[in-house]
Amino acid sequence: MSETRAVSGAKIELSGLTKRYPQSDHAAVDDVDLLIEPGEFISFLGPSGSGKTTTLNMIAGLEQPSAGEVRFDDIDVSHRPAYKRNIGMVFQNYALFPHLTVGSNVAFPLKRRGVRGPDLKEKVKNALALVGLEGFGDRKPDQLSGGQRQRVALARALVYEPSILLMDEPLGALDKNLRGQLQGEIRSLHQRLGVTVIFVTHDQGEALSMSDRIAIFNAGKVHQLGTGDELYRRPKDLFVTNFLGGANVIPIDRAGALLQAAGVSPTSDSAYAMVRPENVAVGQPTSQSEQVVMPAVVSDFINLGDFFEVTVDVDGLGSVHSKMLAEHPVPFAVGERTSISIPKDGVLLVRP
Amino acid sequence: MKKSLTNRVAVIWSILVSILLIAPILIVIPLSFAPNRSFQFPPSGFSLQWYVNIFTNRAWYSSLTESLTIAALVAIVSTIVGTLAAIALRWVPRGSALVRGVLLSPMVMPGIITAVAMYSLFLQWRLNNTLTGFVIGHSVLAIPFVIIAVEANLHSYDRNHNRAAATLGSAPISTFFRITLPQILPGVLSGAGFAFITSFDEVVLAIFIQGPNVKTLPVQMWNSVRQETDPTMSAVASLMVIIATVIILLVSVSRTKKLSRREA
Repeated sequence: MSETRAVSGAKIELSGLTKRYPQSDHAAVDDVDLLIEPGEFISFLGPSGSGKTTTLNMIAGLEQPSAGEVRFDDIDVSHRPAYKRNIGMVFQNYALFPHLTVGSNVAFPLKRRGVRGPDLKEKVKNALALVGLEGFGDRKPDQLSGGQRQRVALARALVYEPSILLMDEPLGALDKNLRGQLQGEIRSLHQRLGVTVIFVTHDQGEALSMSDRIAIFNAGKVHQLGTGDELYRRPKDLFVTNFLGGANVIPIDRAGALLQAAGVSPTSDSAYAMVRPENVAVGQPTSQSEQVVMPAVVSDFINLGDFFEVTVDVDGLGSVHSKMLAEHPVPFAVGERTSISIPKDGVLLVRP
Repeated sequence: MKKSLTNRVAVIWSILVSILLIAPILIVIPLSFAPNRSFQFPPSGFSLQWYVNIFTNRAWYSSLTESLTIAALVAIVSTIVGTLAAIALRWVPRGSALVRGVLLSPMVMPGIITAVAMYSLFLQWRLNNTLTGFVIGHSVLAIPFVIIAVEANLHSYDRNHNRAAATLGSAPISTFFRITLPQILPGVLSGAGFAFITSFDEVVLAIFIQGPNVKTLPVQMWNSVRQETDPTMSAVASLMVIIATVIILLVSVSRTKKLSRREA
C-alpha cells in the first residue's frame, strides 16, 4: 500500500447471472450480463429489492448463483468460496469486530494471509494513515464515530491490496455532510489505488457524482449501463427516465404535435416522449430557431431562490414541469397566459 | 411517607426471604465443625475432623474425585455440544423449533422419568455403573442450560461479522474461533459453569445408574444419611456449597467484566 505502487484492478465479468430463492416465483437476479473494466468505478443503482445487493453478494461469493458465471480476469470464480476470492468488501453497518482493537481489525485479513511481525505492523500503520486514522490503532470500534468506523472498515478491506473493492451502501448510515466528505475520500482512494470498485447505492446523486459508469437495476435486471451523462441524456426506458432526475413523460399518442415540431419520428418500440424539466423554459420565446414553442398557462409556481419550479398547462400535452434559473423580478404569475420553449434536441423518445 | 413505608416493608421482606434461602446453609456449615458424632445444633465445640475424614475415608474421597471428574467431563462435553446446538438453532431456521424443544425437554421432564428411562436404556447399552454412562446422562441434563446461556449471547451477535470475515480471507473454522467464539464467550463460560454444577449436585439419575464402580458424591451422601449418621456429610455439604458458590461467582464476574468493558 505504498504511495508509489498503484494496485491494478481486476476485470469482472458476469454472464447470465441468476439468483432464485426457493420461496419466490421471481428471480432476485435475472440473467444479468455485465462487463466491468479493470480499475473502473461502477455503481449499482436501483430501488431496494432490485437485485443490486444480491448481485454484489454473488460477486463476493457470499451467495451462490442459481445459474450463470462470475469471472475475475477471465477466471471462473462462481464456485470459489468468499474467503478464497481475495476481494475487499465494505458493509453498510461497518461489520467491525467489536472484541478487537482497530489495529487488530485491520491486521485480521493480513494474519489470515500469513503476514507477521514488523511487516504486519507497517502495513496496518500505512492502511490507517491512508484513511486518516493514524494513532487510532489501540482504540476499540465502539469508541469511534460512524464515519471513523467506516474508515476503519475501508482500511481493513484495502490493507491486503485486493484488486476488487465491493461496497454495499457504505455511506447509508452516515449523515449528509459526512457522506459528502467520505464520497470524496473514496473517490480519491480509487484514483490512487486503481482498484476496481463496485459501489451499491440507492442514492442517484451519490452514483452520479462518484462513478465512471452506472448500472441501473430494477426487478433483478440491469435496465441500462452507461455513464451518468448517457443515462441522464439518453435513458432507454421509462424506469431509467424516472429513476434519474425529474422528467415530463408524455404518452406517444398525445405527443404528436410536440414530436412533429421537434422533428423527431417515433420508432415502433417508443412509447413515450420525454422532456427534462430544465429543458422547458417558461416565458416569451427567445429568437432561437432550434426551439419548439407552445402556448401555455402557468398553473403553479415555486421559488427555490436559485431556481424556479413552474408547472404549466399546455394544450394537448397536459401538465408540464419546468425547472429554470431564477430571474428577478419574477417574469410571470400563476394563471398568466404565456408560452414554453423546448430545444429540439431536448425532446427524447423512451421505451416502456 | 407512604412510599418509604412500602420500601421498608419490601426491604424487610427481602431479608426474610434471603434468610429462608440461606438458613439451611447457615445450619449445615457450623454442623460441619462439630467435635462429636451427633447432629447437634449449635455444635458444642470446634473440630476439623470431618473435613479430614473426606480426604482420608476411601468411600468419601473416591466419590469426591469421581464427582469432580464427571462434572468436569460433563462441562466439556455439554459446552461443546450445547454451543454448537445453540448456533445451529439460531442460524439454521428449518425445523429449529422442534429440535430446540427436544433438546430442552430434559429441563421440563420430571427428573425421575428421565432417570428411569435412561436407566433402562443404559441396561441395554451396558452403561450403568460406568463413567461414560454418568457423563452421557449428566450431559443430557446439562445441555439445555448451555443452550439457553449461549442463546442469550447469540441474540446480540451480528452474523454480518461472519460474512465480513469471509470476505477478509478467513475460512469458516478460523472465523468461528477468532470472531464468533470470543464474542459469545461469556455465554459459553456460564453454560460450562451451570453444566458443571448440574452434574456435580445431580442425585436422582445418579442413584439409578450408580454401582460399585462409580458412585458420585450426592449418592455417597444419600447412602450416608440413610445408613449411618456420619457428620462428614455436613462437611461435604459445606464443600459443595463453596464449590457451587465459587463457580457462580466466576460466571457472574466474567459477565460484569464484559459489561463494564462495553461501557468504557
